[in-house]
Amino acid sequence: MIEVNNISKSFNNKLVLNNIRTVFEKGKTNLIIGQSGSGKTVLMKCCIGLEMPETGVINFDSRPFSTFSEKKKTDIRKEMGVLFQGGALFDSFNVEQNVMFPLNMFTDKSMEEKHDRVNFCLKRVNLENVNKLFPSELSGGMMKRVAIARAISNNPSYLFCDEPNSGLDPKTAEVIDALISEITEEYNITTVVNTHDMNSVLQIGQKISFLYQGQLWWEGDKTSILETDNPELQDFVFSTELTRRLKKN
Amino acid sequence: MLKLLGEYLLLMYETFKKPDKWSVFKRQLMIEFIGLGVDSFGIVAIISVFSGAIVAIQTAYNIDSPLIPLTMVGFTTRQMMILEFSPTIISLILAGKAGSRIASEIGTMRVTQQIDALRVMGVNPANYLILPKITASMLFNPVLIIFSIVLGISGGWFACIITNLVTSADYIEGIQGWFEPFTVTYAIIKTLVFALIISSVSGFLGYTLEGGSVEVGRASTKAVVYSSILIIFFDLILTQMLLV
Repeated sequence: MIEVNNISKSFNNKLVLNNIRTVFEKGKTNLIIGQSGSGKTVLMKCCIGLEMPETGVINFDSRPFSTFSEKKKTDIRKEMGVLFQGGALFDSFNVEQNVMFPLNMFTDKSMEEKHDRVNFCLKRVNLENVNKLFPSELSGGMMKRVAIARAISNNPSYLFCDEPNSGLDPKTAEVIDALISEITEEYNITTVVNTHDMNSVLQIGQKISFLYQGQLWWEGDKTSILETDNPELQDFVFSTELTRRLKKN
Repeated sequence: MLKLLGEYLLLMYETFKKPDKWSVFKRQLMIEFIGLGVDSFGIVAIISVFSGAIVAIQTAYNIDSPLIPLTMVGFTTRQMMILEFSPTIISLILAGKAGSRIASEIGTMRVTQQIDALRVMGVNPANYLILPKITASMLFNPVLIIFSIVLGISGGWFACIITNLVTSADYIEGIQGWFEPFTVTYAIIKTLVFALIISSVSGFLGYTLEGGSVEVGRASTKAVVYSSILIIFFDLILTQMLLV
């Protein structure tokens, strides 16, 4: 479980996050949604320690991560898996080396054990016989799946996904969403997904936090989001022609 | 300027920490030996042979007085290669080749969030990315410079033979005369300092860049320009300190 307690953050005197307080629950897919510029990426960066909040604290299972020194943060970071928007695969490494990287850095497993784990993770994300391919030889969807495989290779307790569906076609996006949701439940991890894709919201949103102009505006789940009378959230949810038609029907 | 120097020193403090895992560091070091060292043999060989030949021919043409023995051609070529040409000019060439490679490689990793990925995994990115490059440069560049000195002197010999300006015996006598072993030590000390400048400055510029692909290009250019200026500046300081 990750507790976000009264987090604020500003850049050049502009308040980007204003006193955010929420809980990302274990075993659930927790979604942060909001328009571009609403502060969801900054909130995720604060959670993974790439930005320092100015006020408040972020607790990882009661450990105040955001107050730790860089050295102390490392221990919790080893329990994290992060899926970046572009995948952030190491382009000088092939698929196998990418997935094996956290195992090489933080475990003393034998090469055989590491190979087994890599193959298991790749199989789990429905990728086989791609071990020797380089990131430049992969499609967008395959890159995301390799990035997920890398994120889960060291059995993380926390999984963060930043815009996992950006740049993907709807069908592939659905596969990625399903994968994230399945992995969350299967390994009972705390998953936080940053998205503005309404399909993802309706498919995997077990807990949804809606950010609006840097504030936590609304919280709920994929059922209650459709019944909301919050005007800003309605604007966001029903901003596409498809969702407006769905609402009419 | 002071802010930049402070940022550079802070990054170097992170870089020179103990590697997270020695086996991974060794593997990275081998990759850098090939990328920054072995891959540079070709360009170093070509430039050294031709430069040695040019120095020999120009020296021979400029010896007008019969009082100056032709052995001076070999002597001058050797001194030029050891004192200045191989350590400084080859380091400037390496600043262009290796410096731009380091800055663009690390810069691209920055803009594609690969450095963020390393950091959130709990890896010290500066240590993981920059330390093997600095170590490889400092260990391999002296080898390249010695190689360059040998090829430059050989190039001068070939030029003398082909042009018939100086006999082989005179040239060989010249390269053996008045040899001061400290000049080789001086060349290696300069090379080590220049290798540190090239790899750390280029690594710093790539690591700290902000923006997109345009900035990667700018960082790469800056790496070559800054490294070259610093090489010339430290060449002057080291020459004053070690030779005068």
